[in-house]
Amino acid sequence: MKKRLFSCIAALALGTMVFAGCAGTSKETAPTETKTEEATTGGVKISIVGSTTVTEPMEKLAAKYKELGNTDNLEIQGVGSSAGIKAAIDGTADIGMSSRELKDEEKGAGIVETVIAYDGIAVVVHPSNGVADLTKAQVKDIYEGKITNWKEVGGEDKDIVVVVREAGSGTRGAFEEILKLIDEDKASTIVETAVVAEGTGAVMASVASKEASIGFVSEGYLDETVKPISIDGVKPEVENIKAGTYTISRPLVLVTKPDVKAEAKAFIDFIIGDEGQKIMAEKYIPVKN
Amino acid sequence: MKMIFWLCAAIMIIVITFMGAYIVFGGLPFFGHTNIIDFLLGKKWNPTGEKFGIFPMLITSIYGTIGATIIGVIVGISTAIVLVEILPSKVTKVFSAAIDLLAGIPSVIYGFWGLTVIVPIIDKLWGGKGAGSSLLAAIFILSIMILPTIIRMTEVSLRAVPNEYKEGALGLGASKFQYIFKVQLGAAKSGIMAGIVLGIGRALGETMAVILVSGNAAIIPKSLVDPVRTLTANIAIEMGYASGVHQQALFATGMVLFILIMLINFLLTQFIRSAERRSGNASKI
Repeated sequence: MKKRLFSCIAALALGTMVFAGCAGTSKETAPTETKTEEATTGGVKISIVGSTTVTEPMEKLAAKYKELGNTDNLEIQGVGSSAGIKAAIDGTADIGMSSRELKDEEKGAGIVETVIAYDGIAVVVHPSNGVADLTKAQVKDIYEGKITNWKEVGGEDKDIVVVVREAGSGTRGAFEEILKLIDEDKASTIVETAVVAEGTGAVMASVASKEASIGFVSEGYLDETVKPISIDGVKPEVENIKAGTYTISRPLVLVTKPDVKAEAKAFIDFIIGDEGQKIMAEKYIPVKN
Repeated sequence: MKMIFWLCAAIMIIVITFMGAYIVFGGLPFFGHTNIIDFLLGKKWNPTGEKFGIFPMLITSIYGTIGATIIGVIVGISTAIVLVEILPSKVTKVFSAAIDLLAGIPSVIYGFWGLTVIVPIIDKLWGGKGAGSSLLAAIFILSIMILPTIIRMTEVSLRAVPNEYKEGALGLGASKFQYIFKVQLGAAKSGIMAGIVLGIGRALGETMAVILVSGNAAIIPKSLVDPVRTLTANIAIEMGYASGVHQQALFATGMVLFILIMLINFLLTQFIRSAERRSGNASKI
């Protein structure tokens, strides 16, 4: 442990010097590093392209897959869901990653989808709050600052204190995407006076301590300090998220052509197998329990 | 032996240089995206929409530091006077121990205490858009955090005033309070100012405690109970997930903070120097 810590610090110090020394070029090297890293060993090349959300567990999955003795050359690129699905349809990528449900025209393009996990976001309020159910539109309006008092949605006469995660957080990104809290420039439309809490724990603590507050956290983090709100009458529970009835949720999907190479198929089988699902369960709701 | 001392001193300089260079090189490319005027005076901070204006944070950092310094100076100097001139030395020892303890408390503890005690009180008294998480809470916590520095520095400089001054003043018929305010404080001025400079530096740079109590909304505060975000909080909150131009924007924020602190230090040192020149005798202390 100590040795590891030391090497971490040494690497950091070295990195700092290198970074400072060749700062002119360093901004290009940082992102490309992760892409080429996978392309060193032999075996068959499998390109996996798409959602940045799925990229993160996918890199862990690839590392585990390699650890288990597979020599396939996994190339992972995070370029966004739409681009990933398109690449899979075009055949420019073997596997496309998506963090949203496929649109009808995408489904019609002759591809196979495999759901590898679900991501559900619960809207939470203080336990003393009388409001138990909101519509998706009401949640959107609250977060955009159009509804500012709890009495407008059937609660007490109190100003709503909106709590959000920091910009860049995956949960915030998903929440904004699902509730369309983004304008045409992809800028967040969440009300500027919203209290920003850094991390899920801080959101829970803020909501638990402020009576008139509303916040959102991943479904897996719910506990009794806050009260989850039903959306359109559906509670944020694992079964409802899997069934798709709880609407502030999204599936993480891999898409392939039906005649994809056997090695890619084997990797997908690994992901929906026990080992892969264990990795997915770290942050998301696995397909299998 | 001499070499070792030289080396130690050199390491310090090297680290500072690398840190400065790292921040500058990390932040400079950002100005290819947003020009410096839009960055400093822009009122919108919306990283997903690539709008990077730090004006709200700049203003908040300045408000917070000024507010905390005013409270810190009034309370701190009064406390130091009481410690040095009024209380019996036994009681002073207890007070001194308490102040040392205050100085040793980690900032996250201040923040946590602020979040669980001060924020709900502010919420109950005045409410506000952040339900207590506000500029006022940040100022309050910051002023407590800079108190030990100001008290200590003031105390030391007051004690360093030669006893002859006191004897002379009292001998000429000055009352105790006339002596304290007209003679002692004047003679101890440069030490007190140094304490205030250190306090300002701490208030401006404090991050953890402020994140916990201020609400972190990137808006220009219109009232004391609005939730606000300081420059330091802006970097700390978003660094974890930031990438690309967003990360560069945070480095650029660090650059602004760096320059701001150097500027304040420089201006205050100049101010102290010119004040010393005006009253020649005070400079000896």
